[in-house]
Amino acid sequence: MSDTAEPEVVAPSPTMPEPLMLHGVPLSDSRGQRVLHPTRSGYLELVRSLLDESFTMCADLTAVDYLTFPGRSLPEGVSPERFEVVVNLLSIERRERIRIRVQVPADDPVIATLFDLYPGSEAMEREVFDMFGISFTDHPDLTRILMPEDWEGHPLRKDYDQGRIPVQFSTDFAAKERAQ
Amino acid sequence: MGLVNDVQNDGFGGIPHNAITAKLEDLVNWARARSSWPASFGLACCAIEMMATGGAHYDISRFGMEVFRASPRQADIMIVAGRVSQKMAPVLRQVYDQMMEPKWVISMGVCASSGGMFNNYAIVQGVDQIVPVDVYAPGCPPTPETLIHAIETLHAKIESGELLKRRAVTGAGAGLHVTEIERGAQPIPVILGSR
Amino acid sequence: MTDRAVEERAVEERAVGSTAAHDILSTIREGNEAEQGLKPRSELTARELLREVGAVLRLSEADAAKLGDIPLDPADDQTMIINMGPQHPSTHGVLRLMLELQGETVLRCKPIIGYLHTGMEKQGENLTYMQGGTNVTRMDYLSPLNNELVFSMATEKLLGIDGDIPERAVWMRMLLSELNRMSSHLLFMATNGMDLGAVGMMIYGWREREQVLRFFQKVTGLRMNHNFIRPGGVAADLPAGWRDDVLYLLEMIPPRLEEYDTLMTGQPIWRDRLQGVGVITQAEAIALGATGPILRSTGLAWDLRRDQPYLHYDEMDFDVVVGTYGDAFDRYAIRLNEIRESIRIVHQILDRMPGGDYRIQDKKVTPPPRARIDESMEALIHHFKIFTEGFKVPEGEVYVAIESPRGEIGCYIASDGSATPYRLHVRAPSFVNIQCLPHMMRGGLVADAVAVISSVDPVLGEVDR
Repeated sequence: MSDTAEPEVVAPSPTMPEPLMLHGVPLSDSRGQRVLHPTRSGYLELVRSLLDESFTMCADLTAVDYLTFPGRSLPEGVSPERFEVVVNLLSIERRERIRIRVQVPADDPVIATLFDLYPGSEAMEREVFDMFGISFTDHPDLTRILMPEDWEGHPLRKDYDQGRIPVQFSTDFAAKERAQ
Repeated sequence: MGLVNDVQNDGFGGIPHNAITAKLEDLVNWARARSSWPASFGLACCAIEMMATGGAHYDISRFGMEVFRASPRQADIMIVAGRVSQKMAPVLRQVYDQMMEPKWVISMGVCASSGGMFNNYAIVQGVDQIVPVDVYAPGCPPTPETLIHAIETLHAKIESGELLKRRAVTGAGAGLHVTEIERGAQPIPVILGSR
Repeated sequence: MTDRAVEERAVEERAVGSTAAHDILSTIREGNEAEQGLKPRSELTARELLREVGAVLRLSEADAAKLGDIPLDPADDQTMIINMGPQHPSTHGVLRLMLELQGETVLRCKPIIGYLHTGMEKQGENLTYMQGGTNVTRMDYLSPLNNELVFSMATEKLLGIDGDIPERAVWMRMLLSELNRMSSHLLFMATNGMDLGAVGMMIYGWREREQVLRFFQKVTGLRMNHNFIRPGGVAADLPAGWRDDVLYLLEMIPPRLEEYDTLMTGQPIWRDRLQGVGVITQAEAIALGATGPILRSTGLAWDLRRDQPYLHYDEMDFDVVVGTYGDAFDRYAIRLNEIRESIRIVHQILDRMPGGDYRIQDKKVTPPPRARIDESMEALIHHFKIFTEGFKVPEGEVYVAIESPRGEIGCYIASDGSATPYRLHVRAPSFVNIQCLPHMMRGGLVADAVAVISSVDPVLGEVDR
């Protein structure tokens, strides 16, 4: 129904098994949902081409800290890092969704901002900064949004404790043991 | 009637207790119980149930409480309805400080009473860490009937004058003194007075 | 009071020697209140101002200048920054707004959130998928069943059982979701009315909402925060006599909606207060990620129930209500008519509700019926394992979105194969919709600020999570 030509989806060649590619970026399938895995440097370019391809709404931008689960399955050629920035885009015209997962290393947690393409990502990127400590270059206002301004630490990281206080009369013996 | 410094000993307006001033005290307590205006401090889901209590079906107007005063200066009861996050705690204390004596606090819901199901870094584990609480209403959220029960319990205590007398004796309650903690220093325990 | 004024006052107080006032002021200044503020227009660079206006429409600097910015009165170049909230009767929860005013005109607005941050996403990583519903349901506490629904759908997709949910469970989920939409919109009617001065509307809206909540109490056991829609189906079957209860609701509410029309929709004061207030264009709404009634008020008929159907919405006959001007009146009218559309849908559900199981008969996911626990050791062990350890969900990640009364609510779950989610993230519609507030309030009067917030209908529980 759309006039724009469908971007080429390259099928794996029989001699060398490679992942499917879309816009030059590995494409995988997750429970029937399409997921793209660009590199950090190719991320903005990919999002720009998706925007031109009618994915006009950024539905969700979040991050995951894979510190305690480094062995997750990723397509060939994508090297896992500690953080992943996950972007869900929506195409209203085509009624389609697509997801983007970018690997962000722990020693350099910086990635480009989507604010100039999707102004609605401003608050979502601030939340990622607040909760994970991932910085977004060129973001107009990269400050904490959910925690108090002077809070130390990034709560959703895996090395940040939930902060349970031990309950006095509890039959949760395992938790009591952990607390000791 | 002048300022009351010590309700128990001074009696009313400095006039020592006698048959007439005791009756005046009763009258004032009776009036306070029947016209206590809540400060609107609805935070989360409990706020919705609090508004439902103000609605026509449960109607706290029959207890004289349907006017939720936005300005804490005009309010008597602060119903802390909902979970108090770390960022909200200083605001809560500021609003409580702005209320005029006599004032009471109802902690509505388990999140306000003890942190509720959110035993984590973000929620203050009970507002009694910040303000002195008179009545705790459990529930998640407490149905309007529970809240009315809590309000009525508080009204009974107001009417008997028990709470104000107790505060005067122990120096606790509204006379709570908060020491500013320096950043990085060890937390100082706050003793809420003995019963 | 600007930061400068606060500082001057503090210096004054110090000179006078009033330590108490100084302590309070320094606490406020050093604390988190003052820092998350708004810099006055005079201190912002041109680039930042351009970003505020032009960035949304991706205009060039020249075009943005031609947008007809609000003229600054040369005689009065002082703008005032005021703070609204977080404790305020009209901000729908603990939303704090910093407004930069010139006289009565709002130049800029910055919403500051986080006053209800509950750490739900962190807590969700330590709760099993059965317990997850209790956590997620308290995010958008005005439509808790929708939160549970999206969480359950995401879990089921990860488990791979999303095609095997029994019919009755699916229809029950639809029934509860639509009734929840009705109760949420009725609450919107109530609070919107009260914020704009029709205080009686508060009582009327709650009167109807109580009846819907009474039905919920009969079915789920609770008035709010039900934890009823669980992965695999629903927690219990509909009680006997439920049809009569639903029919009672469907007969009682439409005439009351007519009453609201008389009280509000046609009334000149109401129209004056809402028409032309809080206008947002379609391009702005899409760029900002706004969904739900805000996006529909700009004229775009985007409703996930029809455009990306879930449950059995593709078999239902209902209209998507759309506005024209993108103003607050359109959003009010959309929500009012969405109640009517929900009533239509519930009528159809009543006719077509099938019999059968109310939850999937998969022993790994669903606990056994209580009576069987007395008879079978296996049932006892299954019950024990599901409620203590929880069922394990295969590795993977998935994003599922449904249409909540506020817009698109999505749930992103990444699983590592264990019994608790590795990462639980809920895409809250109000979190994204609040970004529209500065664009809606620009150039308006400060008295309209309340009307605008009310028309966006944010729920701070899901904004802050």
